[in-house]
Amino acid sequence: MVKNIVDWIDARIPMTATYNRHIGHYATPTNFNFWYFFGSLAMLVLVNQLLTGIWLTMNYVPTAEGAFASIEYIMRDVEYGWLLRYMHSTGASAFFVVIYLHMFRGLIYGSYQKPRELLWLFGMLIFLVLMAEAFMGYLLPWGQMSYWGAQVIISLFGAIPVIGDDLTLWIRGDFVVSGATLNRFFALHVIALPLVLVVLVFLHLIALHEVGSNNPDGIEIKKNKDENGWPKDGIPFHPYYTVKDILGTAGFLIVFCYVLFFMPEGGGYFLEGPNFEAANPMKTPEHIAPVWYFTPFYAILRAIPDKLLGVVGMGLAIAVLFVLPWLDRCKVKSVRYRSLIHKLNIGQFAVSFVVLGYLGAVPATPELTIAARIFTLTYFGFFLLLWIYSKNEKTKPVPERLTH
Amino acid sequence: MKKLLIALVTLVPSLAFAAGGSHVHLESANIDLNDKESLQRGVGLFQHNCSGCHSTQYQRYSRVAEDLDISIDDMRSKYMFDENAKPGDLMQNAIPEVDAARWFGATPPDLTLVARVRGEDWVYTYLKGFYKDENRPFGVNNTVFPAVGMPHVLEYLQGLPVKQVVKQEDGTEVTTLVATGGKLSAEEYDQVVRDITGFLVYSGDPVKLERESLGWWVMGFLFIFFVIAYLLKKEYWKDVH
Amino acid sequence: MSNAPVDTGRRRFLTAATAVVGGVGAVAVAVPFIKSWNPSAKAKAAGAPVEVNISKVEPGQLIRVEWRGKPVWVVRRTEEILKNLATLDDQLRDPASAEEQQPAYAQNAVRSINPEYFIAVGLCTHLGCSPTYLPDTFGEQVEGVPSGFFCPCHGSKFDMAGRVFQGVPAPLNLVVPPHQYIDDGNVIIGVDQGAV
Repeated sequence: MVKNIVDWIDARIPMTATYNRHIGHYATPTNFNFWYFFGSLAMLVLVNQLLTGIWLTMNYVPTAEGAFASIEYIMRDVEYGWLLRYMHSTGASAFFVVIYLHMFRGLIYGSYQKPRELLWLFGMLIFLVLMAEAFMGYLLPWGQMSYWGAQVIISLFGAIPVIGDDLTLWIRGDFVVSGATLNRFFALHVIALPLVLVVLVFLHLIALHEVGSNNPDGIEIKKNKDENGWPKDGIPFHPYYTVKDILGTAGFLIVFCYVLFFMPEGGGYFLEGPNFEAANPMKTPEHIAPVWYFTPFYAILRAIPDKLLGVVGMGLAIAVLFVLPWLDRCKVKSVRYRSLIHKLNIGQFAVSFVVLGYLGAVPATPELTIAARIFTLTYFGFFLLLWIYSKNEKTKPVPERLTH
Repeated sequence: MKKLLIALVTLVPSLAFAAGGSHVHLESANIDLNDKESLQRGVGLFQHNCSGCHSTQYQRYSRVAEDLDISIDDMRSKYMFDENAKPGDLMQNAIPEVDAARWFGATPPDLTLVARVRGEDWVYTYLKGFYKDENRPFGVNNTVFPAVGMPHVLEYLQGLPVKQVVKQEDGTEVTTLVATGGKLSAEEYDQVVRDITGFLVYSGDPVKLERESLGWWVMGFLFIFFVIAYLLKKEYWKDVH
Repeated sequence: MSNAPVDTGRRRFLTAATAVVGGVGAVAVAVPFIKSWNPSAKAKAAGAPVEVNISKVEPGQLIRVEWRGKPVWVVRRTEEILKNLATLDDQLRDPASAEEQQPAYAQNAVRSINPEYFIAVGLCTHLGCSPTYLPDTFGEQVEGVPSGFFCPCHGSKFDMAGRVFQGVPAPLNLVVPPHQYIDDGNVIIGVDQGAV
């Protein structure tokens, strides 16, 4: 009976073939470690955001007059509305935690290198759209941080010569951030960007499964196949990585739910105190900073003492990640078999990123601004150095087979 | 590499302190949301002393009554002063915004979420922080809210504190507030302030207790799920290792 | 891949256990999504019982009050109207109010607690339009019946106790909402008689 139905469908669309290609017979390296959980976790968080987001729109009011009160309405009057809202707000931060770790994984194991350049580019586009999505979503609660954060970020576009002022006016649809801005951000946040995001995630997966997964050794498992054409170091994704990803999901959910139920404000970083006060265009909060996941880039912006150059610097900090596959000219992928200088360079890059994140979150002082400048240089230094030393890098011999 | 890391780790917090600037020391409020009696006193004190000007307009009388074990009849007779208000209504305030702005120079803010915006210790210290200052329109100022725009409403309970410089044993001078002429002793007044603060902490996040108790069930469930998932993973991966 | 023998029993058990526990989790996650569709505290507050002062209603007059967003009618019936009600049985679908369109305490010949006041939800049982009260001209619709309710949407007709006439689209009598008298002049709509 079931077979008949499956046959009927398979005669019309390639259901079984698709399943086998992407799950059932998808050859996956045997040596995935901890870092390889974050791809599937990103997918989990995406689904969480989509579902809770759809449910939040059912009670959210996208107007300057009603937005703030409607959030409190969701938090208080709607049954389990508080849970849906906290799932969404905690999910937003979790999304960036997972994505940053996922990107770092790609960085240390050279997953951006040939033949995975396009895979990396799709991933970077996802990151870019995700930042836009998060920024627009953050305006919706219409609290003080929502309002002034949007005000500052939109003003960045004002740094563009000639068209800057007109551009900011056009983005806001008003002379200040207003109900018009809120309304268009709402439309983009709940419809346009999620659609783009889902399409990009689809392309990301297609690109991944076309070339196959990289691994901590950075070895192409497809080069070593047995007589049946199955990679000797490969195992089918299902059941091995489905059960492993279930375990990863359980572990992730323990952390996620702990934050969700016991510290949904995330120490003031996931939900910021001033955002519990309704937007007031007449009064800026004492200290304003973007949400934590933007702070590394915000620190770079602040470090540069020129409005236009600051914006350029911030844009460049993201743009340079796009060209990473071409900056790294080394043929060896994994950090395991690369030179000491590469290891140090990645280490200092990670430190720079975290410190910049910290610096972007605290009020600027002359000392901290100097620190931010230093770490801005080391951030960009990573890419410059990589380009220089990777041409003739002294690498260790890469083994033929996976090492575990 | 490690040395560099350690240097960074030690450098960063010291920079942060440099950035700190002058902050008023906040007293610890020690709010216990399980202390229903304190919260009940708190809602009464708030309604009698604060709600004339400050709304808590994101919450409803009936929900507060239910959460704090107050009967609807008690709520209606003791804490609802608007004759037209129904138990299901939002807790709006009595004075029109325009009048309020004229009397105080600014509209008194809604306080539903004040404890989430400023923190419970801030609210507690603020309520204890009024002191005599003839230069202010209402004759008082506040230690944590300089140039405060409201009178010391609880003066009849606390008395009017005066700033005094007290020399300590080690010779350092400390500025403290000394109140005289109130109906309550300092300890009794602290409790009054704690009750009000507790009510505002509750108002800011009324679901907190429910959330945390549900949270433990979720954590328990996830732990079981984790163990089973671990065993399942281990079982299948016997094939590989 | 190792070729160690596989304990299929254990494997099957653990798979089933994961599926069951995971399924329980999935159902639990669905709960907040489903429950959030229930009427919110705001909707419930708006649907709270409504107190009506009926002492000022004149004989033959109809007043409307809103309860749960619906129009609720209070009509003060004259002796004449009440007498007329008793004569209509053979023209009605459900003259004795056998269908549960009213609380038990209003299941009587005049469908009310106090015969003088008829209280009903003013929505047609056909498709939910609000019928028009015709205090003087209902005779044009049903001969010999001077007053009644006529639904403008599809022509359903009801007598002064909200009972539906035969030969119209509406299948049931008008709904009598739960209500109770606090005293002679005041009624609460939305709370059953006898309930606190």
